[in-house]
Amino acid sequence: MLRLPEFSFVAARDIGEACALLAEAPKSTRLLAGGTDLLPNMKRRHQHAQRLVGLRAVANMRGIHGDSEMRVGAMTTLSTITRDAKLQRHWPGFVRAVQSISSPVLRTTGTIGGNLCLDTRCNYYNQSEEWRQAIGGCMKEAGDICWVAPSSPRCWAISASDSAPLLCAIGARVRLVSVRGERVIPVEQLFVDDGIVWLGKSDDEVLTEVLLPPVENTKATYWKLRRRGSIDFPVLGVGAALRMGAHGEVTHARIFLGAVSSAPLRAPESEAALLGQQLTEATVKAAGEAARGVAHALDNTDFTMLWRRQMTAVWVEGALRELGGLPPRAQMPETPLGAPAMSV
Amino acid sequence: MADTNKRKLIGTSFRRVDAVGKVSGRTQFADDLSFPRMVFMKLLRSPLPHAQIVSIDTSAAERAPGVVGVLTGSDVPVPFGILPVSHDEHALCPDKVRFVGDPVAAVAALTEEQAQAALALVRVEWKQLDTIADYDDALDASKDLIHTYGDDHNFHKKVSLRFGDPEAGFKQADLVLEDTMFFDGNTHLPLEQHATIAVPEGDGRVAVWSSTQTPHYLHKALTKVLGLPAPWIRVIALTNGGGFGGKSDPFNHEIAAAKMALNLGRPVKITLTREEVFQCHRGRHPTLMSIRTGFRKDGSMTAQHLKTLLDGGAYGSYGVASTYYTGALQTVTYNLPHYQFDGARVWTNKPPCGPKRGHGTPQPRFALEVQLDKAAHALGLDPAAMRLKQLQPKDSITANWLRVGSMGLGPCIEAVMRGSKWLERRNAMPPGRGLGIACSSYLSGAGLPINWNHMPHSGVQLKLDRSGGVAVFCGQTEIGQGSDSILAACVAEILGISLQEIRLCVADTDLTPVDLGSYSSRVTLMMGNAAVQAAERAREILARAAAEELKLPGANIVFADGRVFDAADPARGMSFAAAVQAAESRYGTIGTTGSYTPPRAPGRYRGAGVGPSPAYSYSACIVEVDVDPATGIVRVPDVWIAHDVGRALNPTLVAGQVEGSIYMGIGEALMEESAFRRLPEKLSSALVHKFPNMLEYKSPTFLDMPRVHTSIIEEPDANGPFGAKEVGQGPLLPVMPAVSNAIFHALGVRMDQVPIHPWMVFKALEEKRRGGVGRYGPKAFPAVDYGASLDVPTPAEGGDGKARNADDIGVRGGTMSETQRQSQEKPC
Repeated sequence: MLRLPEFSFVAARDIGEACALLAEAPKSTRLLAGGTDLLPNMKRRHQHAQRLVGLRAVANMRGIHGDSEMRVGAMTTLSTITRDAKLQRHWPGFVRAVQSISSPVLRTTGTIGGNLCLDTRCNYYNQSEEWRQAIGGCMKEAGDICWVAPSSPRCWAISASDSAPLLCAIGARVRLVSVRGERVIPVEQLFVDDGIVWLGKSDDEVLTEVLLPPVENTKATYWKLRRRGSIDFPVLGVGAALRMGAHGEVTHARIFLGAVSSAPLRAPESEAALLGQQLTEATVKAAGEAARGVAHALDNTDFTMLWRRQMTAVWVEGALRELGGLPPRAQMPETPLGAPAMSV
Repeated sequence: MADTNKRKLIGTSFRRVDAVGKVSGRTQFADDLSFPRMVFMKLLRSPLPHAQIVSIDTSAAERAPGVVGVLTGSDVPVPFGILPVSHDEHALCPDKVRFVGDPVAAVAALTEEQAQAALALVRVEWKQLDTIADYDDALDASKDLIHTYGDDHNFHKKVSLRFGDPEAGFKQADLVLEDTMFFDGNTHLPLEQHATIAVPEGDGRVAVWSSTQTPHYLHKALTKVLGLPAPWIRVIALTNGGGFGGKSDPFNHEIAAAKMALNLGRPVKITLTREEVFQCHRGRHPTLMSIRTGFRKDGSMTAQHLKTLLDGGAYGSYGVASTYYTGALQTVTYNLPHYQFDGARVWTNKPPCGPKRGHGTPQPRFALEVQLDKAAHALGLDPAAMRLKQLQPKDSITANWLRVGSMGLGPCIEAVMRGSKWLERRNAMPPGRGLGIACSSYLSGAGLPINWNHMPHSGVQLKLDRSGGVAVFCGQTEIGQGSDSILAACVAEILGISLQEIRLCVADTDLTPVDLGSYSSRVTLMMGNAAVQAAERAREILARAAAEELKLPGANIVFADGRVFDAADPARGMSFAAAVQAAESRYGTIGTTGSYTPPRAPGRYRGAGVGPSPAYSYSACIVEVDVDPATGIVRVPDVWIAHDVGRALNPTLVAGQVEGSIYMGIGEALMEESAFRRLPEKLSSALVHKFPNMLEYKSPTFLDMPRVHTSIIEEPDANGPFGAKEVGQGPLLPVMPAVSNAIFHALGVRMDQVPIHPWMVFKALEEKRRGGVGRYGPKAFPAVDYGASLDVPTPAEGGDGKARNADDIGVRGGTMSETQRQSQEKPC
């Protein structure tokens, strides 16, 4: 079987200790925020660490706080978020995005901080050491070529976080703390569109909490495309947040696409197509079409890249139809099929 | 085998004998075993798809921490394979590697981590050969050969059989359809990875505990490669955590572990990683098909010409049989008077394909059932009614000389039509919704053994204890299908005792009579018949002793409820244990045996050995789909399936097999595929499985399952124990064509290929919107010279089962040469 490499483990008791431990050797230390992705990656030897710093014992990194401006501790488990009544009321789109992550078992262990910092994914990278040797490696791990686009100077591994596009769309922020101090940045600035260096935080910074903005009259949703509604990572995610004026005209629009590049990508043309307009058959369709060019879907996930690009328009339109109360035209594959029945 | 008494167990949903052990986690699978002084083995596998081994240096690995033993190809030079005609595998490759994952060295160490670390110290110098990635490469005569045997170049096997006069049949047709279709490969995905522990027994003997479906064949392969007398080798198959055909071959890791254990004098364990399970493979052959069928106006078939081209991967495995199976069972569901079958299997540098659930028959079944749907549409017929009108009659012989006994396909079709409200709902579906039907049939065990001989295919031995306990010995292997429970129930039923009185000893080549293995859906029928025979012989002995004891000569002695008594006066009797004591007092220790040999099949032509079975199961399936035209995404809310199992020995176990088949069928229809990465040729020779892991190889989870409505149809077969036929494989087959047919009904686009990915539906819809036909599938079938056909007159033509021109054609290639075969053991 695949076995973990040797590493040392320290359970941090508070944020200060976590920062101090991380600052000792930021390159060879990793934070263990749930481990549902990190540990399998370490088994396959494509993420490495000499020391893991566990954050589970850090009490003030857990829990959901606040009323109008809610704060979610980075170590809050995904299943805690999906069960939180206040979050369900204020940000149902956020809850849906979190609900769509992996499987119930992994959501009880995985955390929101871990999901935001999730390593980028690629079919040439999320493989065993032997498999990667058989292709001579790739530039993200022990190689010098990106097999997704062999003439490309960059790595095209994709951002596979479901929470990120939604949190970008609603304008959430994250708190980053290090021994050097702390700062609060918009979630979209947490990401860099590069498969290898995909996080805009320093190696010594700990993501401690997610700050949600006041809801006001924002409507937000998340549409996820994947093969199986039961478990898969996204091959396309659409986070959309809108505010409407007195006549139903769109006064504020933020649309982010996940899993089509190494960071959540903003779709400004789609937003522009909506601003000042009411959500009608024509405007949502135009906004969907405008998103097609943003997606950099390449052949490194499930499904074909051409179809994923085509689906970008359909999925953006689908999210906007939902927000505008228009009848659905496309179905998300996770629509429940109903309980299995047997009759003999 | 008269079925006169009321059955107590048979026909009821009695609890599986292994249920408590499994749900409480106490069942021991191979990887759960541990022995004193055990060491761990890992295999160094080829990183290249096709290469010569120039040199191999293991000296650094031998010196590595914890390492106790290293083997290379020269330590295990004798080839092996499941079929006698293709002993083309080695435990460790001696001279060349044929796919990424082919093993070249084995390292044993005190821990698995140490063995893994030492693998990196083995130095191999390679000389790369052409990468044969697909049909195009395999058919390119300028490319390097993967094997030096076979029919020609990179063709492993070619077959051409003609039954009757297909051209005359096509002339009688009102409609002739010709389609090219493709069924992609997929893998078994058992939850349990293969594991083996080899334990030396001190006097040169070795015991091999393994997760295998075929301990008998593993025993034969070990005997050959290790060069030991067969009685020195003991193979014990543990309960498999799923097999589906993926554990039916003897594997290199099993043989290497045994050799290592003998060398070291200590137990050696190997448990494969999931990726290595993908490399063992033996899964569904990717199969390109050309199917041409003539139809009369009423939908009945006049003739069919089927051509198949199988991508076999790197080794023979069951491939010769697989090739024949892509043609053999086309005739057993609907009457087909004239039939030509051309089949061929090519080598490629990929993990070997073999027998996955349905073994070679789901692919042509898909082609046939989709084409029938097209014919019904073209002729304006209801596809269900059209099938009902042309069923192969029961107790008949098909054009290719298969003997059909019981035949319950008609009631199956009627059951799913009723269940789905086919007639009421089919013409009133909402947009995007569709209903599709397909049918199938499968063997209840192959009529001929893998190694040709006249001996039984299954044996059962009983030992009756004076305490009233009955020990049952049989070589059969429990792979999750419930064969242990059926074995115990057949004996308990005949002897009128409860399952608690039965002690099973199974799948142990030292202790149990041979059963050929858990493959080809053979166990219930063959083992069941052997068990019934052994139990009836025991009952006869006990009845005689009991009648004497009770002073009731000539009485009708009945065995029920743990008692042995007079039918006319049930109060006059004794306990079962007392009857055993009475018998033992008179005759000494009581033991009986039973065995089963299938009836001789009527076909006498070369190739007639593939297809015959003592009984055929039948299934009909209706799938409802909900297709989103904006995306091409297909959802399956409901599946209705009816399966003719002859007699349900345990209805819950039957339903479980049916539902498991639906799960696997939905996976094959909509997502599962053995996709490979060929890197750009200018940059690399690499050819790797695209996603050899359980996350990215897509298979439905419980939550992705449709609602399944199962009907069990019982058309008892005279050849089955209590009338039973198979259920493990047949119900899978109709699912894939039924999904394709339902998509056509929903949106008018034809999917001539599986798996059906959403982009394929989307593309076909776009094509249809632009005025095209709206089809997704292969464009053309390549030119393959199948050679001259064996010309076999059909029963209707007065044939005798032999080919007319056998002497002109003679023995074709496709098998290992005589010199290669001389090193093989005598068949048994």
